[in-house]
Amino acid sequence: MITIAKLSGAQALIDSLQREGVEVIFGLPGGSILPIYDILYESNIRHILVKHEQSAAHMADGYARASGRPGVCMATSGPGATNLVTGIANAYMDSSPVIAITGQVPREMIGRDAFQEADIIGITTSITKYNFQPRKASEIPKVVKMAFKIATSGRPGPVLIDVPRDVQVEVDEMEAVEGLNFARFRQVPPHPLQVEKAVNLLLNAERPIILAGGGVILSGASQALQALAELLLAPVATTLMGKGCFPENHPLSLGVLGMHGTVEANKLVLEADVLLAVGCRFSDRTTCNISEFCPDSKIIHVDVDASEIGKNRKVDVPIVGDANQTLSKIYEEIAKRLVKREDSLWFRRLQEVRAEYYGSETDQDDGLSPPKVLREVRNILPVDAIVTTEVGQNQMWASLYFKAYKPRTFITSGGLGTMGFGFPAALGAKVAKPNVPVLDIAGDGSFIMTSNMLITSVNEKIPVIVLILNNSMLGMVAQWQRLFYNRRYSGVKLVNPDFVKLTEACGAQGARVGSINELRSALLQALESEVTTVIDVPISPEEDVFPMVPPGKGLKGIMLNALKTSSFLAKRVARGSREVYDS
Amino acid sequence: MSILDSDSEAHIVSVLVENKPGVLYRVANLFRRRNFNIESISVGPTERKEFSRMTITLNGDDATVEQLVKQLSKIIDVVKISLLNPKNTILRELALIKLHVKDSKIRSDILSYSQIFKGKVVDTTEDSMTVEIVGTPEKINAFLKIASSIGIKEIARTGLTAIERGG
Repeated sequence: MITIAKLSGAQALIDSLQREGVEVIFGLPGGSILPIYDILYESNIRHILVKHEQSAAHMADGYARASGRPGVCMATSGPGATNLVTGIANAYMDSSPVIAITGQVPREMIGRDAFQEADIIGITTSITKYNFQPRKASEIPKVVKMAFKIATSGRPGPVLIDVPRDVQVEVDEMEAVEGLNFARFRQVPPHPLQVEKAVNLLLNAERPIILAGGGVILSGASQALQALAELLLAPVATTLMGKGCFPENHPLSLGVLGMHGTVEANKLVLEADVLLAVGCRFSDRTTCNISEFCPDSKIIHVDVDASEIGKNRKVDVPIVGDANQTLSKIYEEIAKRLVKREDSLWFRRLQEVRAEYYGSETDQDDGLSPPKVLREVRNILPVDAIVTTEVGQNQMWASLYFKAYKPRTFITSGGLGTMGFGFPAALGAKVAKPNVPVLDIAGDGSFIMTSNMLITSVNEKIPVIVLILNNSMLGMVAQWQRLFYNRRYSGVKLVNPDFVKLTEACGAQGARVGSINELRSALLQALESEVTTVIDVPISPEEDVFPMVPPGKGLKGIMLNALKTSSFLAKRVARGSREVYDS
Repeated sequence: MSILDSDSEAHIVSVLVENKPGVLYRVANLFRRRNFNIESISVGPTERKEFSRMTITLNGDDATVEQLVKQLSKIIDVVKISLLNPKNTILRELALIKLHVKDSKIRSDILSYSQIFKGKVVDTTEDSMTVEIVGTPEKINAFLKIASSIGIKEIARTGLTAIERGG
């Protein structure tokens, strides 16, 4: 056996993390992880102290999504570990490479309900790609190597390493990491016959559409996607997770599809004869009622995770493969046989729908409506600025009205829908990209969940901007109660602290704005600020997010406002009316 | 593309896994989490000490089995998955059946039934007999049917294990 050196488990862990290129760990120490913190003290790895472990996991997640490199979080055993759970589940649902390291009680105490013991291996088995509990210090270099390999290969995801306290202390000769078998992680190229089927379908399609998900971002397939879309003149809708993988100011961009998707995405996807879905999983928030989702279209599904193919929707051409590799291959084959399309009936149809619904869309209101606020934020932020969101109305408004132009610039909790994600994720993103402005589009309900991280942002000098769309409500729940529960507002009214004072008490900067002009100057000031700025934007508590597909309905059940359904609107369109819905 | 050619029947999945603590938990947990309802699972060592073999039977359509195989293959400890074609597979299960013995007629009935089924009486007391039957699940079920007319006290079955013919 080749040996590296005689090290303690803790030394081996920190050493292995450095070998993986880890520069920063988000964490909070405790009894069972003291030996690791003791080694961390003298290492080059930066430690960022959080106020609650959930935020450590979200920071690592935000860091990973902004940079494309795995994010590392750390916590002690028991409550420290269980506090990570929401953040790990969030990373799992959104395929984010997060490495979670937890302390554990000493080996001989495991199973005895020792102080601060929790079965974190059992707890996280279904929300991690894998988890490890090294039983000997000598295993640690191998375990860390495998953990990073697993977290970053294929479809990325979180991996947890649970290290018993005595294993951290144990000194031994380390097992070599050379010779580990990574054969199972080898990326298999897309099957040529399947690619050929896809190419033929796309070439013969009259109304092709591309649905691009988070996998396009993860595999760095944006360029290939854009090239293919332009070649075919195929409109591109994204999932919420895919937002930013295709520039939303591109003439072929339909925006986000789904429950709160754009009208053009939701309408045109139903009209497509061939749908190329890539790096997405046909989630219920994207397809709405799946039985009514493109029942007559041919569907090509490209995903790196074979289990996603056929899981939610039967498809005509399944292709297991990396998004970038597969899209490039499809592009290559089509380019041999097709001259880049400059015009098509289908493209004109897109323009027609766009004119129908958005032709006269203007910001007429004088107040601070969310669409108006978010368009203004977009105008002020540079193109490469990173935006995170919380969960609820703020997120759906961001999805609809904040246009993202680049991959990894729109970070949101898509699968798990974790309120409180946006702020720590913004801080993590800022750590990854210190020279890029980072802004969290927040709601008051979500922000309060992790607002204690203001302290971390000040102490660790991580300046971000938080824009609170403040309606003193758990707004999305209130919207459902307004629409489907006869306005019985059960448990949704919030009595908030003064966000400006709260922010200032933590040493950050607060502003409350009452007009677009004030918003503009607050944002410009925030962009220059060396501390985090929280901008409180009071909005109407009655404001709904529309369009909306009511739960259980198919995409064609899209509602454009609280009163009129799309069938009503369809009639108006049929009569040639140029009226559009008022935002 | 279906893996098997018939719908909604018993499928046998043979899974080679790493022989380490916690692997059975990961597999069982996956079935629970993904809502797969399995019929039986049996686990045992193989010719190589670093691997164990799990034999899983489940009823379901092809799509369910396909999804099960895909999900199983994501578990890092899973080395190889084979779907066994029942026509070309040797299937065996072991059952221990404890029966009430009320009189000597029943005692001799049990002896003759277990002979017919090539079973063995492995234990007996004044008021009970325990029979061991090895065979396909159908054979065991047939024995249980006749045994239930006598009166079954307890049953313990191992679940199915299977191996492909030839090769």
